[in-house]
Amino acid sequence: MLGYVLGRLLAAIPIFILVAIFIFSLVHLTPGDPAVLLAGDNANPQQVEKIRERLHLDEPLIVQFGIWAGNALQFDLGESIYSNKPVTQLIAQRIEPTFVLAAVTLFLTVAIAVPLGVIAAWRANGWIDRGIMAFAVLGFSVPVFVIAYLLVYFFAVSLRWFPVQGYKPLSNGLLTTLHSVTLPSIALALVFAALIARVTRAAMLEALSENFTRTARAKGLGTFRILVIHALKSAGIPVITVIGIGFATLVGGVVVTESVFNIPGIGRLTVDAITRRDYPVVQGVILFFSALLILINLLIDLSYALFDPRVKG
Amino acid sequence: MSVYDQVSATRGRHGGRISAAAGYLAANPATAICFGVLLIFVLMAVFAPLIAGDPVKIDPAERLTGPSASAHWGRDHLGRDVFARAVYGSRMSLLVGFSVAAIATVFGVAIGIYAGMSRVGGAIAMRLVDAMMAIPAILLAIAFAALMDAGILTVIIAISIPEIPRMVRLVRSVVLGVRQQPYVAAAISIGTGGLPLVWRHILPNTLGPVLVQATYACASAIITSAVLSFLGVGTSPEVPSWGGMMADARSFFRIHPELMVYPGVLLSLLVLVVNVLGDRLSDALDPRKMVRGSV
Repeated sequence: MLGYVLGRLLAAIPIFILVAIFIFSLVHLTPGDPAVLLAGDNANPQQVEKIRERLHLDEPLIVQFGIWAGNALQFDLGESIYSNKPVTQLIAQRIEPTFVLAAVTLFLTVAIAVPLGVIAAWRANGWIDRGIMAFAVLGFSVPVFVIAYLLVYFFAVSLRWFPVQGYKPLSNGLLTTLHSVTLPSIALALVFAALIARVTRAAMLEALSENFTRTARAKGLGTFRILVIHALKSAGIPVITVIGIGFATLVGGVVVTESVFNIPGIGRLTVDAITRRDYPVVQGVILFFSALLILINLLIDLSYALFDPRVKG
Repeated sequence: MSVYDQVSATRGRHGGRISAAAGYLAANPATAICFGVLLIFVLMAVFAPLIAGDPVKIDPAERLTGPSASAHWGRDHLGRDVFARAVYGSRMSLLVGFSVAAIATVFGVAIGIYAGMSRVGGAIAMRLVDAMMAIPAILLAIAFAALMDAGILTVIIAISIPEIPRMVRLVRSVVLGVRQQPYVAAAISIGTGGLPLVWRHILPNTLGPVLVQATYACASAIITSAVLSFLGVGTSPEVPSWGGMMADARSFFRIHPELMVYPGVLLSLLVLVVNVLGDRLSDALDPRKMVRGSV
């Protein structure tokens, strides 16, 4: 078990280094002078020179990368060109809405998708299955901002059940916060749930065709027990894996959703940074999200041990 | 059965699978409808100048007016013909969708086959793929599109970069599977190697899964390009695109929701049709694993 954990941890390190190189090259290998690029469109020559000095742009690329990566390891991602605040501080300030949105979305997704997938597999090829799978195809065909505006139109503009946009921080109480993120979470969850429901169905179909399912049925267990205790546990690994892969999709969705609902989270920070051409923030946010994804997938790898006794060995 | 028979039998079986797939598609009405709808979109894009008027002409006097003889779906906040913009918008979506699918296929297959055939090169390529897939695709596309000069080519490259690793991973897994097959071992034992081996035995086997994955890549590229236009990154705002139309309609959403509905419905319908075609193709060819993503 310890060997497995260490192995996964070690495997994540080169991936993280490569990600850092990609993100670094994104700004530094694009045509044009990075100092001019980083300074923004309205900078004067002195400002450009200051940036060149501060970022060691006169040094060779490899040295520059070393400095940048070294700082990043100490949680120093540089300063925003727009507000002159440290990028890490900007991210920390914006983390709450994004975290709440992602957590509620994940909860809704699992609550919607896993039962739907199980039911679809149980009634495979029947009309319930067809209905659920049609919903799934529709779910990931309709872009998240289209679903978002559809929800806003019916539940915020017409029925007035929820606010059209905005976010109420947790300091106002949990229920107020949840009320403000309901529509964005549903919009995101519908897209994400479509993917998870399909994978749950496929994994469940496989598990239901296994010998242990037949044994469970032969010894007279009820349908619910067979589906949930026996089959779903064995279907857990592919489902969890896809939730992990889906996190990358979720991050993209968060960026769009926060923009639609005007939620002051990290996604909004990203879009604002890009429209202001605030490159240190852009670099920092992408690095942050990528590190998060690597971490989540690492945790998912480790969670396999819970589902598959063979991994523990 | 001699090795030669076995090898040629395999090739025959493969050809049979493709034509069986074609037969399946023809016999399936839902698939035919989706093909029809896709064809309508393509015709709309190609013959846009014959169908609709000028999509960029600004007419402030006519701003936000309802449907009329000159503008079937009314006019937007700058007095531009909404119907014309919607028709021309299909060009952007289809061009980006097909181009990304083609680029992801060419690079994905080439790198994927190399990664599946070479032990050391494969290990290096897969670490690179893992790293690229750790960066959220949308963020990579947004950042790249924002850093480079605005234009449709930038958008296509920006969306293709994150699609390639998905294809590489798929192709490599197919190649590793095929290499275990007895007929490949047989082909190697009679001295087939290098390019002939890849061309005759490896490449044909990747065709089915790659075609399906390319369809999904096309669907996801159409969504991503709409997201880019919606966020105002990539192409300039006057170029008609469905995502851009929705971004324009945001401020007038309460009074004129229809400005949001037209591009939203067209966009969703096109992606739906492409996704369903991908699913049908996948059922017909039954490939191994698909990696997909959309927003």
